[in-house]
Amino acid sequence: MLRLITIKLLQAAPVILVVSILAFLLMSLLPGDPAVVIAGDQASPEAIAAVRHSLGLDRPFLERLGIWLLRLAQGEFGSSLMLNQSVLSAMGERLPVTLSLAGLSLAITLPVGILIGSIAAYYRQTWVDSLVMTVALVGVSIPGFWIAILAVILFSVVLGWFPSSGYVPFAQDPVLWLRSLVLPASMLSLFQIGFLARMTRSAMLDVLSQDFIRTARSKGLSEWVTVGKHGFRNALVLVITAMGILVSTALGGSVVIEQVFALPGVGRLVVQGIMARDYPLVQGVMLIYGFAFVAINLAVDVLYTLADPRVRYD
Amino acid sequence: MAAPLVSLDDVTVQFRTDRGWTTAVDGISFDIAERDCVGVVGESGSGKSVTALSLLRLHARGTSRFPRGQVRFGGQDLLTAPERDLRRIRGRDIAMVFQDPMSSLNPVLTVCDQISETLRLHQGLDRATARRRAIELLDLVRIPDAARRVDDYPHRLSGGMRQRVMIAIAIACRPRLLIADEPTTALDVTIQAQILELLRELRTELGMAVMLISHDLGVIAEFADRVIVMYAGRVVEDAPVDALFRSPRHPYTEGLMASMPALEGGITRLYAIPGRIPDPDEAIAGCRFGPRCRHAEAICRVAVPELLAIEGRHRVRCAPRTRATGGL
Repeated sequence: MLRLITIKLLQAAPVILVVSILAFLLMSLLPGDPAVVIAGDQASPEAIAAVRHSLGLDRPFLERLGIWLLRLAQGEFGSSLMLNQSVLSAMGERLPVTLSLAGLSLAITLPVGILIGSIAAYYRQTWVDSLVMTVALVGVSIPGFWIAILAVILFSVVLGWFPSSGYVPFAQDPVLWLRSLVLPASMLSLFQIGFLARMTRSAMLDVLSQDFIRTARSKGLSEWVTVGKHGFRNALVLVITAMGILVSTALGGSVVIEQVFALPGVGRLVVQGIMARDYPLVQGVMLIYGFAFVAINLAVDVLYTLADPRVRYD
Repeated sequence: MAAPLVSLDDVTVQFRTDRGWTTAVDGISFDIAERDCVGVVGESGSGKSVTALSLLRLHARGTSRFPRGQVRFGGQDLLTAPERDLRRIRGRDIAMVFQDPMSSLNPVLTVCDQISETLRLHQGLDRATARRRAIELLDLVRIPDAARRVDDYPHRLSGGMRQRVMIAIAIACRPRLLIADEPTTALDVTIQAQILELLRELRTELGMAVMLISHDLGVIAEFADRVIVMYAGRVVEDAPVDALFRSPRHPYTEGLMASMPALEGGITRLYAIPGRIPDPDEAIAGCRFGPRCRHAEAICRVAVPELLAIEGRHRVRCAPRTRATGGL
């Protein structure tokens, strides 16, 4: 297992390098001169030159790339221009919000998605299957921001069950924390449940037609054990793949959801950064998300070996 | 004679297809006595496996039905018994070994999990006892180094080993009837002989009845006390093994025997029954084997022949061959 993790980490290294270079290129590829944008429309040529110098933009391209990578290696992710604080500390403040949102959303998605996907597979080609799959399709197809706004109108404005915006830290009041997150997390889950249900269904359909399911029935096992133990344990590999994608989309989807519900998370931070043309901030967040995705994939690879004894990487 | 262990009476199985319900097995009747070994032989598509699966009602859910017939076991009709009752019989009184040991074992559970599951379910054993029992069972099916093998996953075992594990699972609760559905077809010839030998020994040791399904007459001849020959979803001949091999009465059985390679007599062209087995919903007037039969007469194309006894326990479904006796 340790060996596997080491190999996977080594394999991840080039990916991390490419992500770092791509984040660096963001500065160079964007239209216009970042220094002009940062210094503002009314800035004098001297002010622009000063900004350019402070950002290191007056140096040759490769030298800039070298400096950028060297700094990253030292854990230096740059500083936000608009917040006057380092990208890491800015993210550190907002990460708990995003992680709470993504975590709660996954906590809703996993049981619901897996359960309804399995039910659809079990009752394949009946009205139950059609119903579940239609709902899943709707969940996948509806734009998150639109349904989120409708949900705010219904549950917050009309019914008043949940706050329409804002965030209460868990340490301050766990109940209010949950209340502030239930609605946004559910909205984030809609797409994910649809996605996971469809993945689970196709994985289970494949597994339930296998010979060993008939063997399980021939032993006298109940349908619950047959499907839940013998079936699901085999579908798990595909479900884990889906979970990796889900965690990624939860992070990505939180950008929109945090905006709609005014949650002070990383997603909202990055939107503000883009609006304010805070390039170092956007770069930093992009990098850290890139690293997070690499880590998620690593976790998925490790989970594979736990889920399926036949998977061996060595 | 004592009441049979299992009694199939007019068992008929239909499957749903795009064109409606099609009959895969049509009015099968035979008994299996305690400790008896019944061989069921026939080509692919003759309905052997479908018949076997109906004893435990293991057909795909929702797409099969039993319009007629009964499978009587222990005072119950297994075709109509509630699922709960059936689950108590499956794996405990009647167990099954399937054709392909590669796909019939669950790849993500250890051998121990898969054997002890049945023990814990039907005998209420605790984990440790079930594990000990699982090792004993692996010993019983002659798996070397059972104490270590018990923790292996199926993919670490060879095909023959896996089939031994399947047999260990099946005999775990000492069933009264073991259904073996082509248990050696997917294995090498040398392994086939070993598995058959094992089944034979276990049958004596455990005193269970066996229903052995095979398309290989050689296997059947060696193993069975009684042989049921199936063709196109029907029993065409049912006889004690000696009688069947000494004097087969149905032209189809004769054809099957003629198409077995003989060890003596040098190289001859192997006989093949002309034509192919009809599809279940193919309309054939009279005898379903008629179109392929060398001895077919006018009556064969008109009347559906009955399965009639010609002598003792020898039954044949062939109008010309049963005419002389008129059926006993």
